[in-house]
Parts: sequence; C-alpha cells; structure tokens
Amino acid sequence: MTWWRRIWQRSELDEQLDKELRFHIEEHTAGLIEEGVEPSEARRQARIAIGGSEQIKESCRDARGTRWLEDLWQDLRYALRTIRQRPGFASVVALTLALGIGATTLMFTVLNGVLLMPFPYRSPERLLSLQEKTAKATQFGNLWAFAYPNFLDVRRDVRSMDLAAWRHAGGTISEPGDAEYISSYEVSAELLPILGISPALGRHFSTAEDQAGAPPVVLISDSLWKRKFGGKQDAIGATLTYGGQQYAVVGILPASFQIADDRDVELLTLIGQNTQPSMKAREAHPRIGVWARLRDGATVEGAKSELSVIASRLSNEYPRSNEGRTFVADPLQPITGNAGSTIWLLFGAVIVVLLIGCVNIASLLVARASSRGREMAVRVALGAGRGRLIRQCLTESVVLGLIGGAVGMLLMFLTLRPFISLWPGSLPRAQEVQTDWKVFAFAFTASLLSGVLFGAVPALRAPAGELERSLRAGSRALVGGSRRLQSILVASELALAVVLLVSAGTLGSTFLRLSSLDPGVNIHNVLVTRLALSQNVLTDPAQIRVDWQDILDRARSLPGVQSVAMVDTVPMREGNNQLGYWTNSALPPRTELPLSLGSSVTPDYLKVMGIALRAGRFFDASDRMGSRPVVVIDEVLAHRAFGDTPAVGKQLWIPDMGPTPQEVVGVVAHVRYWGFADDDQAQVRAQFYYPFAQVPDGLLRRWSELMSVAVRTENAPLGIVEPLRREIRRTARDQVLTEVRTMEQLAEATLARHRFLLVLIGAFAGVALLLACIGIYGVLTFLSRQRVPEFGVRMALGAHRGEIVALVLRQSLGMIAAGVMVGSLLAYAAGRLLERWVSGVQMGDPVPFVSVVAILIGAALAASIAPARKASRISPVTALRQE
Amino acid sequence: MTSKSDLPQGTLDLLIMKIVALGPVHGYAIAQRLQEVSRDVVQAPQGSLYPALHRLENRGFVDAVWKKTESGREAKFYRLTKKGRVQLEAEAASWQRLTEAVSLIMNLSEGGAK
Repeated sequence: MTWWRRIWQRSELDEQLDKELRFHIEEHTAGLIEEGVEPSEARRQARIAIGGSEQIKESCRDARGTRWLEDLWQDLRYALRTIRQRPGFASVVALTLALGIGATTLMFTVLNGVLLMPFPYRSPERLLSLQEKTAKATQFGNLWAFAYPNFLDVRRDVRSMDLAAWRHAGGTISEPGDAEYISSYEVSAELLPILGISPALGRHFSTAEDQAGAPPVVLISDSLWKRKFGGKQDAIGATLTYGGQQYAVVGILPASFQIADDRDVELLTLIGQNTQPSMKAREAHPRIGVWARLRDGATVEGAKSELSVIASRLSNEYPRSNEGRTFVADPLQPITGNAGSTIWLLFGAVIVVLLIGCVNIASLLVARASSRGREMAVRVALGAGRGRLIRQCLTESVVLGLIGGAVGMLLMFLTLRPFISLWPGSLPRAQEVQTDWKVFAFAFTASLLSGVLFGAVPALRAPAGELERSLRAGSRALVGGSRRLQSILVASELALAVVLLVSAGTLGSTFLRLSSLDPGVNIHNVLVTRLALSQNVLTDPAQIRVDWQDILDRARSLPGVQSVAMVDTVPMREGNNQLGYWTNSALPPRTELPLSLGSSVTPDYLKVMGIALRAGRFFDASDRMGSRPVVVIDEVLAHRAFGDTPAVGKQLWIPDMGPTPQEVVGVVAHVRYWGFADDDQAQVRAQFYYPFAQVPDGLLRRWSELMSVAVRTENAPLGIVEPLRREIRRTARDQVLTEVRTMEQLAEATLARHRFLLVLIGAFAGVALLLACIGIYGVLTFLSRQRVPEFGVRMALGAHRGEIVALVLRQSLGMIAAGVMVGSLLAYAAGRLLERWVSGVQMGDPVPFVSVVAILIGAALAASIAPARKASRISPVTALRQE
Repeated sequence: MTSKSDLPQGTLDLLIMKIVALGPVHGYAIAQRLQEVSRDVVQAPQGSLYPALHRLENRGFVDAVWKKTESGREAKFYRLTKKGRVQLEAEAASWQRLTEAVSLIMNLSEGGAK
C-alpha cells in the first residue's frame, strides 16, 4: 500500500485495527471460558494479556510509517488554532515578514532577470562572443573588436563554429513618411540563423547579398513596419530611403527581436555592403561584434585551439597588422555595467532588513514562549518528547513564515514594475525581469528559512529537564536564561541596524559632497541635441560647412536664445574622444602617449557652456581651414603638459590630428566631463578643444554625423525644442533632432545612482531603526514585568524611583553598547564594499558614522525610557504581593 | 517453573514470518502458536505482536485479507508474500549461523581454550 493511500484511508485502517484487536480479545476470552474460567474473569485476563489497547494501536500506527505526516497535520492544525487565537500578534509577525520577504524577493527577481538570465536566443549556452587580443595592453586594455578582414578569414577557415558579425549604426529614414532618425545595425547574413530567429514575415538575408555591389536590401522592425507601412503585407518588396540610399524591404523582424540587450533595433542592413575604407583595413577596428555558435559536437576548447591556429597563420601572413594578435572566445553574456553592483548592494540591504525582522519576531516569540513555559512543561509531563515539542514550535513559525511569504509575494507583484521604472537611468535588461519558477522557489525558501530562523530560538528553549521546577514556578523560572537570550537578540538587531544606518550615512555625506562640487560648466538653461544633417549635402564638404553655419544662424535668431554652439562630445553625456598628445616632436610609440579628451567646438561654445577662461583666448572666426592649427586646453592638461610655466603659446603634438603641432592659444577651467561622481577617479581627465572649422575635409562627413548643437536660453531650455525643430526642418526636411537633453538632466543623471541607493538604503535604515526600537521597547517591557517583584523588594528597602529607572536603562545600555560595537565592525566591512562599488565614497570620514550612531543610541534610549519609567511607578506593596 | 527470558531483538519478526509461512493465519492464532512452540519459555508479549505484524505488512513481507473463520467470524488472515519468503530464508540462515557460532563457544569445556 502506498504511503498516501495509508494517509487517505487512515480512519478505515484504524477501524480495521480496532476490529482485529477486538477479535483477538474475544477469541482469547472464549478460549479461557472453555478452560473453565468465569466469563468476566476471562475477559479481564484476556485484556491484561494483550496490554493497553491504546498503546498497541499507537505502535501499530507508528508501524505504518506515516506518523510524521499525521503529526505534521496535527501540528498544522494546532498552529492555525494558535494563530487564530492571537490574530493581532500573528498579523504583526506576518506583516513584518511580508515586507521583508517581499522586498528580498523583489530584489531577487531583478537580480535573476538582469544578472542571471541568458539572452533569449535558441540554446544560448552554445553561443560565444569573439574578440581580438593583443600581446601588449594599452590604456584601453588588450581586447579589441574584430577587424572586418580578420572576421572574413576566421569565418572562412573555422570548422567548429558558425560566425556572424554585427555593427551598431544609425541614420535617417527620409522616405516613406516623416523623416526619422533611427537606430540600426549592419549584420552579416548568418546572424539571424545563428541566433535561431526567423523573420515574422518575408525572408532572411541571403549570403549572396552580403557583399559590396549586391542589391541593397533591409529587414525592418515590427514597429517600423507598422509606423511606415501600416503593418501591411505588401511592405515586402517596398522601398525605403535610409541614409540617402534606396533599399528594398525583404523581411519583417519579430517584435521581440533584440541584439544583445538592445531592443531598439529598427533596421538591419548587410555589413558586407558597407564600402567604407575602414571595412577593408586590417588595422582598423570599427566596433564590429562577432558572435559564434558552436556546431553540433564541437567544444569550446576545440574552437579555441582552432582560433589560435588561424590567428598564428594570419599573423605570419599579415605581420604589420596581426603580429602578436590572437582571437579569444568567451561565452556570450549580457553586459550590465554597474547595475550589477547596485543590485547586489540593495539585495544585501534587504536581506539585512529581513534578518532584523526575523530577530525582532524571534524576541517576541521568546517572550511569549516564556509565558507559555508552563504549557510546555505540561506537555512534556504528558509524554511529549523534546524533539516533538521543537517540531511543533517550528511548525507554528514556519506557518507564520509562509503566510508572510504569500503576502510578500503579493506586495512584490504590485511593486515590481513601479520599482523598475524608478531605476536610475534605465535598468539594463528590464524586459528580462520576470517572475519565473526561480523567483517562486526563492520566495518559498526565504519564507521557510525565516520561519525556521525566528522559530528556532524559542523552540530550542522547550523545556528539557527540571520539569517540576517549571511546573511549580510557572513562567518565572525560565526568565534567567531568557533575559540573556533576549539581550543577545536585541543587540544583534541593533548591530544590523547600525550597518544600514552607517551605510546610509556614508552615502548621504558622499551625495552631499558630490552634488556641491563645481561641474565646471553652468548647467542651467542649456539645451543639447544631436542633429542629423541632410543626407544630400554630406558628400560635399563645402556644402556641409555652409549648412552647419546656416543651422547655427537660424538657431541663434530664435527668440529666447542667447548663444548657440556646436560640439561633438558633450560633458556628462555618453561618448568621448580620447587622443594621445606629446609636448615635443620626439614622439614615443602611440600606445605610450598620455591621453586627453578632445572636443571639436565652434567659437561660442565657451559662452554657451559658461566655462571660465583662465588665460589667453578662445577660438574666433579667424581660426579657419588654412590658418594656423590651434587648441585650447584645460587647467588639468596645462598642468600635466607644462607644469607651472604658462601654457599659452606652447605647442602640442597630437598625432591623430596630423603631423603638424597645434598651438595652445588659451587655457580654460576643468569641466567634470565624467560627471560629479566619476571625474576625480577617471583615468583620462585632461581636456582640450579644437575648432570645428579646422576639421579637415576628409573627416567632415564623419564629424557631421557626430555633432550636437548646444543652445543657451533665457528661460527654461525645453521650451526652445519645438521652435528649434521647426526652424531646422524648414531648411531640409530630413534634418531631425535626436537625444534632446538639458545639461541639468545630464548632470543629474551622473548622480542618479547615488540618489537611488541613498533613498533606498536610507529607507531601509529607517525601517531597521524602527524595528530595533520596537524590539528594545518590547524586550524591556517584558523583562521589567518579570522583575516587578525584585523592584518591589528594592523599593521596599529604600530604592528611589530614579534608581529603578537607572537599573532598567543600564540593562538597555548594555544591549546598545554591544550592538553598536558589533555593528560598527560590520559597518566597516559594508563601507569597504560601498567604497569599491560606488564612485566617490570615501571611508574615514567620522562625521556620518558618529552622527548616525548618535541617532541610533538616542532612539534606542528613547524607546527604553517608557518601560523604565513604568517599572519605577509600581507600588512596592502590589509588587511584593505578586510574589 | 523456569523464569521466562525476553525475546532477543529482531527475532519476533522471524518467528512470526515462520508461523505465517505455514499458511494463512490470523493474529490470535499466531499468538497461540507462538506460545505453543516456545513452550512458555519465551515471553512474546501479545502487545508487541500486532505492531510487528503491521510493520511486516508495510514492508511487504506479509499481506492480509479479511476472511471468515471456521466459527463463522470475520478475521484478518495473514500470509507470507514472495518477498517475505526470500526475507525469511535469508534471516533464518543468518540466525542459524549465529546460533551455531554461539553454541560452539558455549560448548567449549572449561580450560579447553588455549
């Protein structure tokens, strides 16, 4: 009989057992009567012979092997009964747990989606990401994106993998519909098959199309299809104009399509049709991503050794570009930047909150268990084993834990999306954050563990010996041990609260310090926007210069605009241009040059950004093509390059800008290019500016794709966006604004992560402090009540009220001191973590530490005052009578 | 009358299986048989008989059906299963070895051991 049938047929089995035993006794009785024994005496003897029938039945039930389940059932019913008897207590416990488990599960859900979830491609574990690796490392490291010719050679020769390449691009779609700047990718024909993605409509690219001169074709996104073609079937075969060229649409991508974590992919073109010179050069590394899928039966090791063979052959064949160059393959994994450390920090913080919650409940339960001591003793006297009692206590707390967990899951569902939308910047891989079975398993385990954690302490206090003492003295006999235990619980609660408080304090002071820094630019009333120039002028450098000047003039003429400038790389926005420089003509090898951030700007840039001029002059209309090449440097570069000597009039050699040196004509203030938090630690801080007018014709097209327009306005800068958009579209209808931001927004974004962490950890610290105070209040109230007779004796012997208050407070001070001491050690470790993971955090500032610890001690003492005063107000007579 | 000794640990199951092996039999009959064969020497408390039977039933060594006795009353009859027979043979053999070894030592004459 299977065990579950034994459970279901429990009553039937019991009935049969009863019948069997009855039969035995009756047969025995009949036998004895036959031997001549009196019937009543016979029945008595038969009963004695078999022994206590209840004991036999119990042992038979034990023999069924389902005893533990029956006990569990009994314990569950008992637990639910106890919970129903004290709904107030149970709901406080369940709510505390719901908050703790809800928050912990929420963070786990985020962690699971962002950090653990693989890309949503077919068998992602067989996908690899390939890079080039040089023997020597530079400031940028030793890993490089593939050169396109290298990719072609590896793809041709490798046997263990299928390779595909992709490269991020972007451009303006001018037909059909309104001109629109979109994000696109150049991909090799194999990319979609390798990822296991089929077009929703139409077909894949073919390999024959993946080369220069083939008819231009595109795959478009689901949303572009709906926007431009109304989602109609006849979009296949239709044409669209992208980047000034006509393409035939051959397929529609599925709505869920993404490259790595970029879901904003509107268009795919073929990388083989790209005819830029950089695609033919083995020296160039135009940011090509190479992915590969292991063929059936191939291993990563095999693929790696094959790559190294190909690499050494290529380095023999092309020593100039490929000497010391190998290819490395790594599992394809999402890149999440510093979101990972933010998630881990918050996950740690919510676990601390949950722990505090559990400790708090444990101390409440200990207090209750002490008052239930007599009940426990009675149970032991009636034959309950200690293990059985512990199991019973644990069942009760686990039931509470599971109730809390269920409510917590509910809270989690309600808060998950709002929480993600609050993430600073945007949470990478937010679309992967889903509640899957792992989340449920986590919540269940967390509930179970919490239940066991806060249940174990009181459960282990189930009476073992000295039964008669417990029975006689009732609850008070247990107080001695309980006092020590409760003090430990409260102290650990305080210690955990210290960790969160000090972390919040450190983050707070860091945030204050950082946000009071001078960014070097006047961030108020400045609008920055990228601008895509009309496609049909891009081929003519002279026309490009005219058009940009026209755009600047038109923007300046708008009402409310004070000044307008162009700039390629904007401070505190993504993107930068790092160039090596040297102060004399004896240049060291390129990789050993010190680096500086270069920006090409128009003369009004200084005025628009409000950067202070320290020496010399900024650019003017006389700095043109053909005039002497000039640069303006910032204080940091001036100091690094020329020390204390005046920089104006000196020369800088910048190989990327040509062999002739640049003359330094001015020095300006340093701008916090990397934002408030990161600029001080940034590897490349030195800055220089060069006139956009001196960008050579050959580079002008590329530069024009990068330029942004910066506008200083009289009033709120966002008000200028629409007039600007209209004015610029009037010149050519395919000129569009993208990435419209104010400098204030950009500046705030550099501190968004700090603010986010500060607000959340601050809130957790507040909750922790509150819980710890509730804990200390509850425990002191309980302990003082237990000590009422003692206080009575003391007062009868002449103790003042103040002395009683002092007595209680001394007890609480002991707990606080222990908690603060242990907590400080833990907080030090947490501080180390913050220092490593949050830029700008500096340990060793005693102010946040001292102030939050003072707050904690103050709050804890305040929570102790009420029970202490209550203890001092009891009348000695009543107190003594209670004894 | 000689004093009764307790049954060694684990032998009760063996004895019960041995009795049940002789044919379908109900609990009371097993108790009587136990008492007869052990000639009142071995104390087999009737109280431990039923838990032992149920344990054997759980482990699949015996199974049981409700049948009428000769006197026309319903009783639970136990019989040995195939699995039980194998178990009985194994246990009986090991019991045999044990008793032989013990009696071998017990039969050594005083001072006979060198």
